[in-house]
Amino acid sequence: MTGTKKHGSITYLPDSPVYITSRASLGGSEEKAGKLASLLDISSEDDYFGEDTWEKAETAIVRMLVDQLYKSAQTTPESTDLFLGGDLQKQCMATSLGLLPYGVPYLGLYGACSTFAEGLALASLAIDGGFASSAGVVATSHFCTAEREYRTPLVYGNQRQPTAQRTVTGGGAILLSKDAPKDRAAPHITAFAIGKMRDLGIKDASNMGAAMAPAAFETISTFLEDTRQTPEDFDLIVSGDLGNVGHRIVSRLAEAAGIDFGGRYDDCGRMVFDPSQDTHAGASGCGCSAMVLTASLLRRMEEGKIKRLLFAGTGALLSATSLLQGESIPGICHAVAIEI
Amino acid sequence: MRLSLSKEQYAAFSGRMSPASPLARDLPLAFLIGGSITAVGQCFLELYSSLISDEKTAAALTSVTLIFLGILFSALNLYPRLAKYGGAGTLVPITGFSNSMASAAIEFKSEGLVTGLGAKMFVIAGPVIVYGVSASVLYGVIYYLIGRIGG
Repeated sequence: MTGTKKHGSITYLPDSPVYITSRASLGGSEEKAGKLASLLDISSEDDYFGEDTWEKAETAIVRMLVDQLYKSAQTTPESTDLFLGGDLQKQCMATSLGLLPYGVPYLGLYGACSTFAEGLALASLAIDGGFASSAGVVATSHFCTAEREYRTPLVYGNQRQPTAQRTVTGGGAILLSKDAPKDRAAPHITAFAIGKMRDLGIKDASNMGAAMAPAAFETISTFLEDTRQTPEDFDLIVSGDLGNVGHRIVSRLAEAAGIDFGGRYDDCGRMVFDPSQDTHAGASGCGCSAMVLTASLLRRMEEGKIKRLLFAGTGALLSATSLLQGESIPGICHAVAIEI
Repeated sequence: MRLSLSKEQYAAFSGRMSPASPLARDLPLAFLIGGSITAVGQCFLELYSSLISDEKTAAALTSVTLIFLGILFSALNLYPRLAKYGGAGTLVPITGFSNSMASAAIEFKSEGLVTGLGAKMFVIAGPVIVYGVSASVLYGVIYYLIGRIGG
């Protein structure tokens, strides 16, 4: 397609970069005990965050993130043209209730664990299309709301599979703008890819890494083809929460396809918990990649340790009902290239 | 780049990439922890039998005690910690059944005492009751018929 901003089969190149002007990250008790401990803007030992139900706790997480976002940007919600966000609760309620008090134009998203990348891609579309000059994106998850939504009651005694991942309690939020901040260099989105769903027949909900890995591989490799780049053009390529199993699968698929990551490939699901926390295959949930990007990766970009990042958020598209009715789990992956 | 793998090929490949459950550790643990739970039950049965002459009452009291302990350990959030190692060993005894009901009751209390706790308490235990009762009815019918033919 010529004459458009679309390049190749899934990639979009905005006319001008979309700037990340503010970021906020939050984690719960288990996350605080993990690898991101010192990097989180907000963390709490109390996974109820002072509320009386887990669902309300997740709403509180959204509000704490958004408060922190505007505080750090020294601006107010009135200046935001569009707010995009999502979570794992039924009908996306944590985000809707969380954003309610701010009076922002709002679009609720569901992309499972790819929600944050989905939000970044859509916000970039809106800003580069001239429909918004600023936009916010938020994604959260809560271990205790997700267990209820997808699995069994919290104190039900069962054994988790070695391939299972632990849903992150927490999340991340970002403010995007068409204008660069005047006082400092800011990370900016230079390209993004809206991925295609891929289903290779995995039905095991405790192996979502394997369900999402094909989509992650296809989006990352297609993005590189579309933009005529190689992994060497990036300092880091991260998929967003395949965990140990999915990370291993994508690495092998790349190897077989002759794509040499050369040690540049990692996964958000491997960057939250310490192995001593015994979380099996790693972290997952909408909040996982959002938290890793806002707490760690963007910070490392601001510190000059990463210049070019490919952030590929992955989601496993399933519901408790679809699983019970025997459907397999399609994966999705959206990629966002961020530079500084 | 689109993958040219069939679902069967991918199932085999992803299976090789996925670590299997450590059965060599899980099975002995299930045996030991499950066995310990039932041994505790046996101790209560011995105790109650020494106090009460009626065996049926002693057995019923033992079940009630184990059910209570299952609920207590669930409420203290200790049962899932035990089950992490016990697996089927904590699932099979009557304490597992009481944990399945207590955990659902605790979980769904936030949705109301009737529509939450009351309705969803049986979300895990329900099928066990339904099919357990159905199977016992079927067994009863067969037992009756055999008795008629044989007798």
